[in-house]
Amino acid sequence: MSHEYEIIIGLEVHAELQTKSKIFCSCPNSFGQKPNTNVCPVCLGLPGSLPVFNESALDLALKAALALNCEISTFSRFDRKNYFYPDLPKAYQISQYDFPVARNGYLDVVKEGETIRRIRIDRLHLEEDAGKLQHDPSGSSSYVDFNRCGVPLMEIVSAPDLRSPEEARLYLESLKRILLYTGTSDCKMEEGSLRCDANISLRPVGSKEFGAKVEIKNMNSFKAVQKGLEYEVYRQEKLLREGERVYQETRRWFEEQGITLEMRGKEEEKDYRYFPEPDLPPLNITAERVRKIRELLPELPVQRASRYIEEYQLTPYQAEVITSSQGLADFFEETLKGYRDAQKVSNWLLGDVLKLVNEQGGEIGVLSFQPVHLAELLSLLDEGVISGRTAKEVLEETFQTGKAPREVVQAKGLVQISDEKSLLNVIDKVLAENKGAVEDYTSGNKKALAFLVGSTMKHTKGQANPQLVQQLLRQRLDG
Amino acid sequence: MDYYKMSAAEAAGALQNKEVTSQELTASVLRRIGEVEEEIQGFITLLDENETLLEAEKIDKARASGESLSLLAGVPMALKDNLCTRGIPTTCASKILRKYRPPYDAHVVEKLKETGTVLVGKANLDEFAMGSSTENSAYYTTRNPWDTTRVPGGSSGGSAALVAAGEVFFALGSDTGGSVRQPASLCGVVGLKPTYGLVSRYGLIAFASSLDQIGPLTRDIRDCALVMDVIAGHDPRDSTSVPREKENYTDYLGRDVKGLKVALPRDYFEEGINAEVKKVVMEAVRKCSGLGMEIEEVSMPYTSCALPAYYLVATAEASSNLARYDGVQYGYRAAEAKNLLSLYKKTRNEGFGPEVKRRIMLGTYSLSSGYYDAYYLQSLKARTLIREDFQKVFENYDFIVTPTSPTVAFKAGEKTDDPLTMYLSDICTITANLAGVPAISIPCGFVDGMPVGLQVLGRPFDEGRIFQFCYALESLLGVRNQLPEVNVKRGG
Repeated sequence: MSHEYEIIIGLEVHAELQTKSKIFCSCPNSFGQKPNTNVCPVCLGLPGSLPVFNESALDLALKAALALNCEISTFSRFDRKNYFYPDLPKAYQISQYDFPVARNGYLDVVKEGETIRRIRIDRLHLEEDAGKLQHDPSGSSSYVDFNRCGVPLMEIVSAPDLRSPEEARLYLESLKRILLYTGTSDCKMEEGSLRCDANISLRPVGSKEFGAKVEIKNMNSFKAVQKGLEYEVYRQEKLLREGERVYQETRRWFEEQGITLEMRGKEEEKDYRYFPEPDLPPLNITAERVRKIRELLPELPVQRASRYIEEYQLTPYQAEVITSSQGLADFFEETLKGYRDAQKVSNWLLGDVLKLVNEQGGEIGVLSFQPVHLAELLSLLDEGVISGRTAKEVLEETFQTGKAPREVVQAKGLVQISDEKSLLNVIDKVLAENKGAVEDYTSGNKKALAFLVGSTMKHTKGQANPQLVQQLLRQRLDG
Repeated sequence: MDYYKMSAAEAAGALQNKEVTSQELTASVLRRIGEVEEEIQGFITLLDENETLLEAEKIDKARASGESLSLLAGVPMALKDNLCTRGIPTTCASKILRKYRPPYDAHVVEKLKETGTVLVGKANLDEFAMGSSTENSAYYTTRNPWDTTRVPGGSSGGSAALVAAGEVFFALGSDTGGSVRQPASLCGVVGLKPTYGLVSRYGLIAFASSLDQIGPLTRDIRDCALVMDVIAGHDPRDSTSVPREKENYTDYLGRDVKGLKVALPRDYFEEGINAEVKKVVMEAVRKCSGLGMEIEEVSMPYTSCALPAYYLVATAEASSNLARYDGVQYGYRAAEAKNLLSLYKKTRNEGFGPEVKRRIMLGTYSLSSGYYDAYYLQSLKARTLIREDFQKVFENYDFIVTPTSPTVAFKAGEKTDDPLTMYLSDICTITANLAGVPAISIPCGFVDGMPVGLQVLGRPFDEGRIFQFCYALESLLGVRNQLPEVNVKRGG
């Protein structure tokens, strides 16, 4: 990337709120039904129907706004955004214009456990979603599915503070973590419950003025956001280098081709004729309501990660990975209640446990494998009841059956042999069978000891305590 | 017998005393409809007569079996055709909704059904309630029963004419700038625009959301109070519906009005008010002192801002409310559209009439970027000043009295070429919508054989005392439930 131009990026994120019903009617807020089955006169915008605001959407928006360190508005209201499109049955979207729910927040963007930048949040507002168009492959007709109409959305608009496509992706990842933590949105980009448009411009390094702003749409994953922006940096930089102009316009990202193409120019920008929604009273945001929601706020990922580094001496990387999901972090802390060594818990969690979780395709904490199981397993290891190798076997079994590790060890006879007398019997047998190795050892080849340990382990089918075996062998050979 | 001449209360009383059946009442209005409807043209949709009689029979059977029924059960009525009725065409007198049958009932329709009133049909109006004469209906102009060469007023002209002609006992209308009161005045019936938020708008097809209210058109004050007892009250489906305890409006009738204070705003008696109309209204006002009421002149200086403010607010909201008629989901869709844009343009060009288009364009313009501050925002400020004018007067007075309409009913075709003159028909009525206060029109006399209406405005949610006052005034004036002979004057 060049050092001639500074990249200026701002993101507009639409996140579906996890309410039980839609924002202005009582239809369920759900995904994946047959077209036009989850609708009523209100979300269909039928003549004479009126919106009634679902207050739980405001509670969730307030929660997200507080988690994003926003100032909550004392006065907020809905406005109508007027435009014609077949997926918008009223021909206006109930949204918010000059009095959003919240303003002036910030989000700390994290990379590999370290906060790299603080990005300002310009505003957070509520609005209703539109329906979906489906085009007949023959091109002769189009169909509208109104199921998604009235699904509650919050739009989160960042300040133009992001300075690279990678930062934009990291911002989205950090934002997603916060929304998941607060339970405000499930952030499934593939189901469209999280969507992102980007504004990007370039300016010569040192310049105070912004360049022409280009809006990019249709980026359907975090990677696509980064790739789309990278392409746009390339395109704009090339134009500027060649002395050409960058025009203010809206462009569409084409994932397969890896390019953006013009959708509409500045002169085609719509005039949405916003005006206050007369069918709805202003939002009811009281200090008491905000206070109650603040009390419900969970510890957020960045705070949690730094606590882990301080309290448990985890590395920033470990802390970031563990706090990347609330379920994983909860599992970690829950395990620590039954087993104190955080480092060991972290190693096992991020290693074998996550591997098995991914193999099973489930979600940690929901599976039958529970924090008490991990704590018990690690205690068994410490007590010398099982060996590390056995522990992995037990872990798998517990994953499969949900049986407690101690139970698995006993049922399967996996208890490690730590009884010196019985071990000495085996050792004597091994020494008698491997005279050559014994000679090697006494003539100074210490590697022969490892071979003898191995043979003893083999005889005990791996159930012997290897440290003890080594110690006893030395006694016999050296003594 | 000519039962149709009774008031709704009288008919209800006769039903309760089993002097008459709902079927007989219904048959009587259906006969009357047969006699005069061709001349009046008040209905857009007249329901199948046999089915209407069947509904009446149901009520009669329920009554016979001793079921306890609401007072208005079995009384035939009509609804303005911008109130949604499940499965029954609801056209707004527009081509764009000609075949539209809503899948649900408006709140007020539910209430009237629960009460057991008998729906006879849907009444004509100016397209989307935009107009003052029903001449903007896409179907036909309703005629004034007092003189069928004249208009019945509008936009609830169909409702008013049907009540005045004896075709129904009462009707519902909607009032955005005088659309219940002005036709009530022109047809010699009672028409109330309730306080904004008293009657749920759920299922009323919106013209201007912050101004629209549903109200009754009736033969007298008692009927008006009776209908309000049915339709008023909180509805959680309308967020602008105000939660408050339900009142019994008929309880106010007959209470003493001595000592109550009436304000006469001189601003409503000046320019544009016909001298004869003014005289009739003033005579009626003078009689109020006979009731022991105090009457004083006041000034409401911001009245002159009302007309421009109204036409900015109403058209801005209308431009948005009517945007949904795009030919995609329901209603009229233009044939042979080549692409999306031409579908929109053709559908809306063919589906809307000239007055609706004019108002959509006005509203779109005033909301456009660069004009919003100069027009829409200014009109909101004017609205606040007008509201304050009312608050000040109501600090010292119980009621405000004005003429309802500057003139009596005008001839059909007289003002159709001049929209601005037509807009002036609303000059006395629009302030109540801008301020959200209740206002009623009651007949107070005649000029050249045509009825004159007197308007009474009250404090928000003071409908009860408005009835109290108007009931006393009504008995004093002796103008109550007067039905005209309907003579054929047209076409000759």
